[in-house]
Amino acid sequence: MTEEIIIAGFGGQGVLSMGKILAYSGIMQDQEVSWMPSYGPEMRGGTANVTVIVSDERISSPVLNQYDTAIILNQQSMDKFEKTVKPGGLLLYDPNGIVHHPTRTDINIYKIEGARLASELGNAKIFNMIVLGAYLKIKPIVKYENVVRGLKKSLPERYHKLIPMNEAALQKGMENPVPVNTL
Amino acid sequence: MGELKLMKGNEAIAEAAIREGVDAYFGYPITPQSEVIEYLMMEKPHERTGMVVLQAESELAAINMVYGAASVGRKVFTSSSSPGISLYQEGISYIAGAELPCVIANVVRGGPGLGTIQPSQADYFQTVKGGGHGDYRLFTLAPSSVQEMADFIELGFEIAFKYRNPVMILSDGMIGQMMEKVELKDQKPRWSADEIKAMHGSWATIGKPESRERNIITSLDLDPHKQEKHNHHLQAKYRQMEKEEVRYETFDTDDAEYLIVAYGSSARIAQKTIMLAREKGIKVGLLRPITLYPFPEKPLAELASRMKGVLSVEMSAGQMVEDVRLAVGCSDIPVEHFGRYGGVIHSPDEVLEALEQKIIGGK
Repeated sequence: MTEEIIIAGFGGQGVLSMGKILAYSGIMQDQEVSWMPSYGPEMRGGTANVTVIVSDERISSPVLNQYDTAIILNQQSMDKFEKTVKPGGLLLYDPNGIVHHPTRTDINIYKIEGARLASELGNAKIFNMIVLGAYLKIKPIVKYENVVRGLKKSLPERYHKLIPMNEAALQKGMENPVPVNTL
Repeated sequence: MGELKLMKGNEAIAEAAIREGVDAYFGYPITPQSEVIEYLMMEKPHERTGMVVLQAESELAAINMVYGAASVGRKVFTSSSSPGISLYQEGISYIAGAELPCVIANVVRGGPGLGTIQPSQADYFQTVKGGGHGDYRLFTLAPSSVQEMADFIELGFEIAFKYRNPVMILSDGMIGQMMEKVELKDQKPRWSADEIKAMHGSWATIGKPESRERNIITSLDLDPHKQEKHNHHLQAKYRQMEKEEVRYETFDTDDAEYLIVAYGSSARIAQKTIMLAREKGIKVGLLRPITLYPFPEKPLAELASRMKGVLSVEMSAGQMVEDVRLAVGCSDIPVEHFGRYGGVIHSPDEVLEALEQKIIGGK
Protein backbone atom coordinates (compact mmCIF):
# COMPACT_ATOMS: atom_id res chain seq x y z
CA MET A 1 0.00 0.00 0.00
CA THR A 2 1.25 3.47 -0.89
CA GLU A 3 -0.90 6.56 -0.34
CA GLU A 4 0.32 9.86 -1.75
CA ILE A 5 -1.51 12.85 -0.32
CA ILE A 6 -1.43 16.62 -0.77
CA ILE A 7 -3.04 18.74 1.95
CA ALA A 8 -3.46 22.38 0.94
CA GLY A 9 -5.09 25.44 2.45
CA PHE A 10 -4.39 28.67 4.30
CA GLY A 11 -1.58 29.05 6.82
CA GLY A 12 -3.11 28.73 10.28
CA GLN A 13 -5.66 26.07 9.29
CA GLY A 14 -3.41 23.37 10.66
CA VAL A 15 -2.43 21.94 7.28
CA LEU A 16 1.14 21.12 8.28
CA SER A 17 0.19 19.66 11.65
CA MET A 18 -2.57 17.52 10.09
CA GLY A 19 0.10 16.08 7.82
CA LYS A 20 2.43 15.54 10.75
CA ILE A 21 -0.19 13.63 12.74
CA LEU A 22 -0.94 11.47 9.71
CA ALA A 23 2.78 10.78 9.24
CA TYR A 24 3.21 9.88 12.91
CA SER A 25 0.18 7.57 12.67
CA GLY A 26 1.94 5.73 9.84
CA ILE A 27 5.09 5.34 11.94
CA MET A 28 2.95 3.91 14.79
CA GLN A 29 2.01 1.02 12.51
CA ASP A 30 5.55 0.49 11.18
CA GLN A 31 5.02 2.14 7.83
CA GLU A 32 7.39 4.36 5.89
CA VAL A 33 6.41 8.02 5.82
CA SER A 34 7.54 11.32 4.37
CA TRP A 35 6.30 14.86 5.06
CA MET A 36 7.40 17.60 2.69
CA PRO A 37 6.07 21.11 3.39
CA SER A 38 5.95 24.17 1.22
CA TYR A 39 8.18 26.57 3.07
CA GLY A 40 8.68 29.22 0.45
CA PRO A 41 7.15 32.51 -0.62
CA GLU A 42 3.70 30.97 -1.05
CA MET A 43 3.72 30.17 2.67
CA ARG A 44 4.47 33.78 3.47
CA GLY A 45 1.67 34.78 1.10
CA GLY A 46 -0.89 32.86 3.14
CA THR A 47 -1.28 29.45 1.51
CA ALA A 48 0.37 26.34 2.87
CA ASN A 49 0.62 22.81 1.58
CA VAL A 50 2.28 19.58 2.55
CA THR A 51 2.89 16.33 0.71
CA VAL A 52 2.51 13.26 2.91
CA ILE A 53 3.34 9.75 1.77
CA VAL A 54 2.46 6.68 3.83
CA SER A 55 3.71 3.40 2.41
CA ASP A 56 4.56 -0.20 3.17
CA GLU A 57 7.65 0.22 1.04
CA ARG A 58 10.66 2.50 0.99
CA ILE A 59 9.55 5.92 -0.28
CA SER A 60 11.23 7.25 -3.39
CA SER A 61 10.41 10.86 -4.22
CA PRO A 62 8.90 12.96 -1.41
CA VAL A 63 7.78 15.53 -3.98
CA LEU A 64 5.16 14.59 -6.55
CA ASN A 65 2.95 16.14 -9.17
CA GLN A 66 0.10 13.62 -8.97
CA TYR A 67 -1.63 12.39 -5.85
CA ASP A 68 -3.92 9.59 -4.71
CA THR A 69 -5.68 12.08 -2.46
CA ALA A 70 -5.97 15.86 -2.37
CA ILE A 71 -7.37 17.48 0.78
CA ILE A 72 -8.28 21.00 -0.27
CA LEU A 73 -9.19 23.77 2.13
CA ASN A 74 -9.32 26.97 0.07
CA GLN A 75 -10.06 28.19 -3.44
CA GLN A 76 -6.44 28.84 -4.45
CA SER A 77 -5.59 25.25 -3.57
CA MET A 78 -8.64 23.96 -5.46
CA ASP A 79 -7.48 25.84 -8.57
CA LYS A 80 -4.00 24.40 -8.20
CA PHE A 81 -4.60 20.82 -7.05
CA GLU A 82 -7.94 19.54 -8.41
CA LYS A 83 -6.17 18.61 -11.65
CA THR A 84 -3.36 16.78 -9.84
CA VAL A 85 -5.55 13.99 -8.43
CA LYS A 86 -4.85 10.68 -10.18
CA PRO A 87 -7.85 9.29 -12.11
CA GLY A 88 -9.81 7.16 -9.63
CA GLY A 89 -8.30 9.11 -6.73
CA LEU A 90 -9.94 11.13 -3.99
CA LEU A 91 -10.60 14.84 -3.59
CA LEU A 92 -11.85 15.88 -0.14
CA TYR A 93 -12.67 19.54 0.41
CA ASP A 94 -14.28 21.98 2.78
CA PRO A 95 -16.89 23.99 0.84
CA ASN A 96 -16.40 26.99 3.15
CA GLY A 97 -15.07 29.79 0.96
CA ILE A 98 -15.13 27.68 -2.20
CA VAL A 99 -16.67 29.51 -5.17
CA HIS A 100 -15.70 27.17 -7.98
CA HIS A 101 -16.57 23.66 -6.85
CA PRO A 102 -14.68 20.68 -8.29
CA THR A 103 -16.02 19.43 -11.61
CA ARG A 104 -14.05 16.29 -12.38
CA THR A 105 -16.06 13.12 -12.98
CA ASP A 106 -13.16 10.64 -13.04
CA ILE A 107 -12.34 10.92 -9.33
CA ASN A 108 -14.18 10.44 -6.03
CA ILE A 109 -15.19 13.77 -4.52
CA TYR A 110 -16.34 14.26 -0.94
CA LYS A 111 -16.93 17.37 1.10
CA ILE A 112 -16.60 17.92 4.80
CA GLU A 113 -17.99 21.05 6.44
CA GLY A 114 -14.98 21.32 8.73
CA ALA A 115 -15.19 25.04 9.45
CA ARG A 116 -18.91 24.90 10.30
CA LEU A 117 -18.57 21.79 12.48
CA ALA A 118 -15.55 23.26 14.29
CA SER A 119 -17.49 26.39 15.19
CA GLU A 120 -20.42 24.23 16.34
CA LEU A 121 -18.01 22.39 18.61
CA GLY A 122 -16.89 25.81 19.78
CA ASN A 123 -13.23 25.62 18.76
CA ALA A 124 -11.90 26.72 15.38
CA LYS A 125 -8.51 25.11 16.12
CA ILE A 126 -9.82 21.55 15.83
CA PHE A 127 -10.89 22.19 12.25
CA ASN A 128 -7.97 20.17 10.88
CA MET A 129 -8.81 17.14 13.02
CA ILE A 130 -12.39 17.15 11.73
CA VAL A 131 -11.06 17.11 8.18
CA LEU A 132 -8.57 14.37 9.06
CA GLY A 133 -11.41 12.32 10.59
CA ALA A 134 -13.45 12.64 7.40
CA TYR A 135 -10.46 11.56 5.31
CA LEU A 136 -9.81 8.50 7.48
CA LYS A 137 -13.47 7.52 7.27
CA ILE A 138 -13.24 7.51 3.45
CA LYS A 139 -9.74 6.01 3.32
CA PRO A 140 -8.85 4.18 6.52
CA ILE A 141 -5.14 3.96 5.63
CA VAL A 142 -4.16 4.10 9.29
CA LYS A 143 -5.97 2.52 12.23
CA TYR A 144 -7.84 4.89 14.53
CA GLU A 145 -5.86 3.85 17.62
CA ASN A 146 -2.64 4.65 15.75
CA VAL A 147 -3.93 8.13 14.92
CA VAL A 148 -4.47 8.74 18.63
CA ARG A 149 -0.98 7.40 19.34
CA GLY A 150 0.38 9.61 16.54
CA LEU A 151 -1.42 12.58 18.06
CA LYS A 152 0.23 11.91 21.41
CA LYS A 153 3.65 11.65 19.75
CA SER A 154 3.32 14.84 17.74
CA LEU A 155 1.86 17.01 20.50
CA PRO A 156 4.22 18.28 23.21
CA GLU A 157 3.37 16.85 26.64
CA ARG A 158 1.94 20.15 27.88
CA TYR A 159 -0.83 19.91 25.27
CA HIS A 160 -1.84 16.32 26.06
CA LYS A 161 -4.87 17.62 27.97
CA LEU A 162 -6.23 18.62 24.55
CA ILE A 163 -6.22 15.05 23.23
CA PRO A 164 -9.85 14.23 24.22
CA MET A 165 -11.02 17.34 22.35
CA ASN A 166 -8.99 16.33 19.30
CA GLU A 167 -10.46 12.82 19.48
CA ALA A 168 -13.97 14.28 19.60
CA ALA A 169 -13.12 16.30 16.49
CA LEU A 170 -11.81 13.21 14.69
CA GLN A 171 -15.06 11.40 15.52
CA LYS A 172 -17.12 14.35 14.34
CA GLY A 173 -15.26 14.30 11.05
CA MET A 174 -15.72 10.55 10.66
CA GLU A 175 -19.49 10.98 10.95
CA ASN A 176 -19.80 13.75 8.39
CA PRO A 177 -18.14 13.30 4.98
CA VAL A 178 -20.67 13.95 2.22
CA PRO A 179 -20.22 12.21 -1.14
CA VAL A 180 -20.37 14.60 -4.10
CA ASN A 181 -19.19 12.31 -6.87
CA THR A 182 -18.45 8.62 -6.37
CA LEU A 183 -17.20 6.21 -8.99
CA MET B 1 17.51 -0.57 17.51
CA GLY B 2 17.86 3.09 18.44
CA GLU B 3 15.15 5.61 19.10
CA LEU B 4 12.65 6.20 16.23
CA LYS B 5 11.51 9.75 15.61
CA LEU B 6 9.79 11.80 12.93
CA MET B 7 12.16 14.67 12.25
CA LYS B 8 13.15 17.28 9.72
CA GLY B 9 16.56 16.76 8.13
CA ASN B 10 17.75 19.93 9.87
CA GLU B 11 16.60 18.65 13.25
CA ALA B 12 18.05 15.18 12.67
CA ILE B 13 21.52 16.51 11.87
CA ALA B 14 21.43 18.70 14.98
CA GLU B 15 20.33 15.86 17.28
CA ALA B 16 22.91 13.53 15.70
CA ALA B 17 25.62 16.10 16.44
CA ILE B 18 24.67 16.15 20.13
CA ARG B 19 24.64 12.33 20.25
CA GLU B 20 27.97 12.14 18.42
CA GLY B 21 29.57 13.91 21.38
CA VAL B 22 30.39 17.03 19.38
CA ASP B 23 32.14 19.64 21.51
CA ALA B 24 31.02 22.80 19.77
CA TYR B 25 28.67 24.21 17.17
CA PHE B 26 29.18 27.70 15.77
CA GLY B 27 26.78 29.15 13.22
CA TYR B 28 24.63 31.96 12.00
CA PRO B 29 20.96 31.50 11.00
CA ILE B 30 19.88 31.35 7.37
CA THR B 31 16.86 29.76 5.67
CA PRO B 32 16.37 26.88 4.82
CA GLN B 33 18.86 25.72 7.45
CA SER B 34 17.87 27.73 10.53
CA GLU B 35 16.25 24.76 12.31
CA VAL B 36 19.73 23.36 12.94
CA ILE B 37 20.73 26.18 15.29
CA GLU B 38 17.14 26.59 16.55
CA TYR B 39 16.99 22.92 17.54
CA LEU B 40 20.39 23.09 19.21
CA MET B 41 19.38 26.19 21.19
CA MET B 42 16.10 24.58 22.30
CA GLU B 43 17.73 21.28 23.27
CA LYS B 44 20.31 23.03 25.47
CA PRO B 45 23.05 20.47 24.80
CA HIS B 46 25.29 22.19 27.38
CA GLU B 47 22.98 20.56 29.92
CA ARG B 48 23.04 17.17 28.18
CA THR B 49 26.70 16.79 27.24
CA GLY B 50 28.44 20.08 27.88
CA MET B 51 28.43 20.88 24.15
CA VAL B 52 28.85 24.57 23.31
CA VAL B 53 26.31 26.11 20.91
CA LEU B 54 27.04 29.65 19.91
CA GLN B 55 25.39 32.00 17.45
CA ALA B 56 28.28 33.99 16.04
CA GLU B 57 27.96 37.59 14.89
CA SER B 58 28.47 36.54 11.26
CA GLU B 59 29.43 33.60 9.10
CA LEU B 60 33.02 34.88 8.97
CA ALA B 61 33.21 34.71 12.74
CA ALA B 62 31.52 31.30 12.85
CA ILE B 63 33.97 29.57 10.50
CA ASN B 64 36.95 31.10 12.30
CA MET B 65 35.56 29.85 15.62
CA VAL B 66 35.43 26.43 13.97
CA TYR B 67 39.09 26.89 12.95
CA GLY B 68 40.03 27.73 16.52
CA ALA B 69 38.15 24.91 18.22
CA ALA B 70 39.37 22.37 15.65
CA SER B 71 42.96 23.42 16.45
CA VAL B 72 42.69 21.89 19.91
CA GLY B 73 41.51 18.49 18.67
CA ARG B 74 37.85 19.00 19.43
CA LYS B 75 34.86 17.81 17.39
CA VAL B 76 33.43 20.94 15.79
CA PHE B 77 30.32 21.23 13.64
CA THR B 78 28.83 24.14 11.73
CA SER B 79 26.05 24.57 9.20
CA SER B 80 24.72 27.22 6.86
CA SER B 81 23.10 27.63 3.47
CA SER B 82 24.57 28.73 0.15
CA PRO B 83 25.21 32.48 0.68
CA GLY B 84 26.57 31.75 4.16
CA ILE B 85 28.74 28.93 2.83
CA SER B 86 30.23 31.37 0.33
CA LEU B 87 31.32 33.48 3.29
CA TYR B 88 32.88 30.35 4.86
CA GLN B 89 35.20 29.71 1.91
CA GLU B 90 38.27 31.56 3.16
CA GLY B 91 38.04 29.75 6.47
CA ILE B 92 37.57 26.37 4.80
CA SER B 93 40.70 26.90 2.72
CA TYR B 94 42.68 27.79 5.88
CA ILE B 95 41.27 24.77 7.74
CA ALA B 96 42.21 22.48 4.83
CA GLY B 97 45.67 24.09 4.60
CA ALA B 98 46.25 23.74 8.34
CA GLU B 99 44.97 20.13 8.16
CA LEU B 100 42.21 20.37 10.71
CA PRO B 101 39.14 18.16 11.08
CA CYS B 102 35.63 19.61 11.14
CA VAL B 103 32.18 18.88 9.71
CA ILE B 104 30.27 21.53 7.78
CA ALA B 105 26.70 21.15 6.50
CA ASN B 106 25.36 23.14 3.55
CA VAL B 107 21.57 23.07 3.17
CA VAL B 108 21.68 24.43 -0.36
CA ARG B 109 19.23 27.05 -1.67
CA GLY B 110 18.79 28.54 -5.10
CA GLY B 111 21.32 31.11 -6.31
CA PRO B 112 23.36 32.93 -7.42
CA GLY B 113 23.56 35.78 -4.94
CA LEU B 114 20.88 35.78 -2.30
CA GLY B 115 18.81 33.78 -4.78
CA THR B 116 15.85 32.12 -3.14
CA ILE B 117 15.16 30.00 -0.07
CA GLN B 118 13.92 27.05 -2.15
CA PRO B 119 16.01 23.88 -2.70
CA SER B 120 18.81 23.73 -5.25
CA GLN B 121 21.90 21.65 -6.01
CA ALA B 122 23.84 24.42 -7.70
CA ASP B 123 26.67 24.48 -5.14
CA TYR B 124 28.26 21.32 -6.56
CA PHE B 125 31.14 23.17 -8.25
CA GLN B 126 31.78 25.31 -5.18
CA THR B 127 31.93 22.22 -2.99
CA VAL B 128 33.92 19.72 -5.03
CA LYS B 129 36.02 21.96 -7.27
CA GLY B 130 37.44 24.38 -4.77
CA GLY B 131 35.28 27.16 -3.40
CA GLY B 132 38.17 28.61 -1.47
CA HIS B 133 41.66 29.23 -2.88
CA GLY B 134 44.51 26.79 -3.28
CA ASP B 135 44.94 23.12 -4.07
CA TYR B 136 42.72 21.59 -1.46
CA ARG B 137 39.85 19.13 -1.55
CA LEU B 138 36.72 19.08 0.53
CA PHE B 139 35.51 15.57 1.34
CA THR B 140 31.82 15.70 0.40
CA LEU B 141 28.95 13.49 1.53
CA ALA B 142 25.53 13.88 -0.12
CA PRO B 143 22.63 12.64 2.05
CA SER B 144 19.41 11.71 0.27
CA SER B 145 17.23 11.10 3.33
CA VAL B 146 16.67 12.40 6.83
CA GLN B 147 18.28 9.20 8.12
CA GLU B 148 21.45 9.98 6.21
CA MET B 149 21.47 13.55 7.54
CA ALA B 150 21.84 11.94 10.96
CA ASP B 151 24.17 9.11 9.91
CA PHE B 152 26.63 11.32 8.05
CA ILE B 153 27.51 13.22 11.21
CA GLU B 154 29.22 10.12 12.60
CA LEU B 155 30.75 9.15 9.27
CA GLY B 156 31.78 12.76 8.64
CA PHE B 157 33.72 13.03 11.90
CA GLU B 158 35.31 9.63 11.35
CA ILE B 159 36.67 10.80 7.99
CA ALA B 160 37.49 14.33 9.18
CA PHE B 161 39.74 12.96 11.94
CA LYS B 162 41.15 10.08 9.88
CA TYR B 163 42.43 12.52 7.24
CA ARG B 164 42.53 15.73 9.30
CA ASN B 165 40.49 17.42 6.62
CA PRO B 166 37.19 19.35 6.56
CA VAL B 167 34.14 17.30 5.56
CA MET B 168 31.11 18.83 3.86
CA ILE B 169 27.62 17.37 4.17
CA LEU B 170 25.95 18.72 1.04
CA SER B 171 22.17 18.58 1.30
CA ASP B 172 19.50 21.02 0.17
CA GLY B 173 16.29 22.70 1.29
CA MET B 174 14.26 19.63 0.45
CA ILE B 175 16.24 17.21 2.65
CA GLY B 176 16.57 19.88 5.35
CA GLN B 177 12.86 20.74 5.52
CA MET B 178 11.22 17.36 4.98
CA MET B 179 10.31 15.01 7.81
CA GLU B 180 10.96 11.29 7.72
CA LYS B 181 11.39 8.47 10.14
CA VAL B 182 14.85 8.52 11.64
CA GLU B 183 16.58 6.06 13.92
CA LEU B 184 18.93 7.87 16.27
CA LYS B 185 22.10 6.42 17.72
CA ASP B 186 22.75 6.30 21.43
CA GLN B 187 24.59 9.17 23.08
CA LYS B 188 28.37 8.98 22.82
CA PRO B 189 30.38 10.65 25.57
CA ARG B 190 32.43 13.69 24.52
CA TRP B 191 36.16 13.04 24.42
CA SER B 192 37.98 13.77 27.66
CA ALA B 193 41.12 15.93 27.73
CA ASP B 194 43.17 12.76 28.24
CA GLU B 195 41.59 11.04 25.25
CA ILE B 196 42.30 14.06 23.06
CA LYS B 197 45.89 14.12 24.29
CA ALA B 198 46.31 10.42 23.49
CA MET B 199 44.66 10.60 20.06
CA HIS B 200 45.57 14.06 18.80
CA GLY B 201 48.44 15.18 21.02
CA SER B 202 50.87 14.93 18.10
CA TRP B 203 49.27 17.89 16.32
CA ALA B 204 46.63 19.63 18.48
CA THR B 205 47.60 22.77 20.38
CA ILE B 206 46.79 21.46 23.84
CA GLY B 207 49.93 22.38 25.74
CA LYS B 208 53.59 21.56 25.17
CA PRO B 209 55.22 18.73 27.10
CA GLU B 210 59.03 18.66 27.53
CA SER B 211 59.26 15.67 25.22
CA ARG B 212 58.47 17.39 21.93
CA GLU B 213 58.61 20.63 19.97
CA ARG B 214 55.58 22.85 20.07
CA ASN B 215 52.64 22.06 17.81
CA ILE B 216 51.88 24.91 15.46
CA ILE B 217 48.61 25.28 13.58
CA THR B 218 49.12 27.37 10.48
CA SER B 219 48.43 27.38 6.79
CA LEU B 220 51.34 29.75 6.12
CA ASP B 221 54.82 28.78 4.97
CA LEU B 222 56.62 31.45 3.00
CA ASP B 223 59.32 29.04 1.80
CA PRO B 224 57.94 27.80 -1.54
CA HIS B 225 59.87 24.53 -1.35
CA LYS B 226 58.43 23.75 2.05
CA GLN B 227 55.01 24.84 0.82
CA GLU B 228 55.33 22.55 -2.18
CA LYS B 229 56.29 19.68 0.09
CA HIS B 230 53.26 20.42 2.25
CA ASN B 231 51.11 20.40 -0.88
CA HIS B 232 52.58 17.04 -1.91
CA HIS B 233 51.55 15.71 1.47
CA LEU B 234 48.00 17.09 1.01
CA GLN B 235 47.76 15.59 -2.46
CA ALA B 236 48.87 12.19 -1.13
CA LYS B 237 45.98 12.37 1.35
CA TYR B 238 43.53 13.18 -1.44
CA ARG B 239 44.80 10.26 -3.54
CA GLN B 240 44.26 7.99 -0.55
CA MET B 241 40.69 9.30 -0.15
CA GLU B 242 40.06 8.66 -3.83
CA LYS B 243 41.34 5.11 -3.42
CA GLU B 244 39.65 4.19 -0.16
CA GLU B 245 36.65 6.37 0.54
CA VAL B 246 34.42 6.31 -2.56
CA ARG B 247 30.82 5.57 -1.61
CA TYR B 248 27.83 5.07 -3.87
CA GLU B 249 24.62 3.11 -4.24
CA THR B 250 22.87 1.59 -7.26
CA PHE B 251 19.22 0.79 -7.94
CA ASP B 252 17.76 -1.41 -10.66
CA THR B 253 20.97 -1.43 -12.69
CA ASP B 254 21.17 -5.21 -13.31
CA ASP B 255 19.02 -5.23 -16.44
CA ALA B 256 19.14 -1.48 -17.18
CA GLU B 257 19.73 -0.11 -20.66
CA TYR B 258 19.83 3.50 -19.50
CA LEU B 259 21.42 5.04 -16.46
CA ILE B 260 20.46 8.05 -14.37
CA VAL B 261 23.18 9.56 -12.18
CA ALA B 262 21.80 11.69 -9.36
CA TYR B 263 22.66 12.51 -5.74
CA GLY B 264 20.73 13.79 -2.73
CA SER B 265 17.13 14.85 -3.33
CA SER B 266 17.43 14.35 -7.09
CA ALA B 267 18.29 10.71 -6.45
CA ARG B 268 15.02 10.33 -4.54
CA ILE B 269 13.06 11.92 -7.39
CA ALA B 270 14.91 9.75 -9.91
CA GLN B 271 13.85 6.57 -8.09
CA LYS B 272 10.23 7.50 -8.73
CA THR B 273 11.14 8.23 -12.36
CA ILE B 274 12.59 4.74 -12.63
CA MET B 275 9.33 3.22 -11.35
CA LEU B 276 7.34 5.26 -13.89
CA ALA B 277 9.76 4.36 -16.70
CA ARG B 278 9.63 0.65 -15.93
CA GLU B 279 5.82 0.76 -16.02
CA LYS B 280 6.29 1.94 -19.62
CA GLY B 281 8.83 -0.82 -20.32
CA ILE B 282 11.89 1.45 -20.29
CA LYS B 283 14.71 -0.22 -18.39
CA VAL B 284 16.45 2.46 -16.36
CA GLY B 285 18.77 2.19 -13.39
CA LEU B 286 20.27 4.71 -10.98
CA LEU B 287 23.75 5.34 -9.72
CA ARG B 288 23.68 7.57 -6.65
CA PRO B 289 27.04 9.03 -5.65
CA ILE B 290 27.14 9.23 -1.85
CA THR B 291 30.58 10.83 -1.91
CA LEU B 292 30.72 13.67 -4.46
CA TYR B 293 34.40 14.11 -3.74
CA PRO B 294 35.83 11.53 -4.16
CA PHE B 295 33.49 10.94 -7.11
CA PRO B 296 32.62 7.30 -7.94
CA GLU B 297 34.16 7.51 -11.40
CA LYS B 298 35.27 3.88 -11.75
CA PRO B 299 31.91 2.29 -10.85
CA LEU B 300 30.21 4.81 -13.11
CA ALA B 301 32.55 4.08 -16.03
CA GLU B 302 31.98 0.37 -15.57
CA LEU B 303 28.17 0.71 -15.45
CA ALA B 304 28.06 3.16 -18.35
CA SER B 305 29.99 0.74 -20.56
CA ARG B 306 26.90 -1.46 -20.76
CA MET B 307 24.35 1.36 -21.15
CA LYS B 308 22.80 2.99 -24.20
CA GLY B 309 22.84 6.44 -22.57
CA VAL B 310 23.39 8.32 -19.33
CA LEU B 311 21.32 11.18 -17.89
CA SER B 312 22.81 13.26 -15.10
CA VAL B 313 20.02 14.78 -13.00
CA GLU B 314 20.76 17.67 -10.66
CA MET B 315 18.85 20.79 -9.56
CA SER B 316 21.33 23.00 -11.39
CA ALA B 317 22.10 24.17 -14.91
CA GLY B 318 24.51 21.24 -15.24
CA GLN B 319 27.46 20.89 -12.88
CA MET B 320 27.89 17.24 -11.89
CA VAL B 321 27.38 16.29 -15.55
CA GLU B 322 30.99 17.41 -16.16
CA ASP B 323 32.26 14.73 -13.78
CA VAL B 324 29.84 12.22 -15.26
CA ARG B 325 31.22 12.96 -18.75
CA LEU B 326 34.82 12.65 -17.51
CA ALA B 327 34.01 9.28 -15.97
CA VAL B 328 32.13 7.92 -18.98
CA GLY B 329 34.96 9.12 -21.23
CA CYS B 330 35.02 9.20 -25.00
CA SER B 331 32.17 6.85 -25.61
CA ASP B 332 29.54 6.98 -28.34
CA ILE B 333 26.62 6.96 -25.92
CA PRO B 334 24.81 10.21 -25.17
CA VAL B 335 25.56 11.77 -21.78
CA GLU B 336 23.22 14.65 -21.02
CA HIS B 337 22.10 16.81 -18.14
CA PHE B 338 18.60 17.56 -16.95
CA GLY B 339 17.48 19.70 -14.06
CA ARG B 340 15.15 22.48 -12.98
CA TYR B 341 16.97 25.13 -11.00
CA GLY B 342 16.82 28.48 -9.27
CA GLY B 343 14.71 26.87 -6.53
CA VAL B 344 12.34 24.80 -8.68
CA ILE B 345 12.24 21.06 -7.92
CA HIS B 346 11.89 18.81 -10.95
CA SER B 347 9.07 16.27 -10.85
CA PRO B 348 9.59 12.56 -11.52
CA ASP B 349 7.56 13.00 -14.77
CA GLU B 350 9.80 15.79 -16.00
CA VAL B 351 12.88 13.63 -15.44
CA LEU B 352 11.24 10.80 -17.39
CA GLU B 353 10.36 13.17 -20.22
CA ALA B 354 13.97 14.42 -20.33
CA LEU B 355 15.23 10.83 -20.42
CA GLU B 356 12.93 10.03 -23.33
CA GLN B 357 13.77 13.17 -25.28
CA LYS B 358 17.46 13.69 -24.57
CA ILE B 359 18.71 10.13 -24.23
CA ILE B 360 16.34 7.59 -25.74
CA GLY B 361 15.17 9.79 -28.61
CA GLY B 362 18.63 11.23 -29.05
CA LYS B 363 20.58 8.00 -29.49
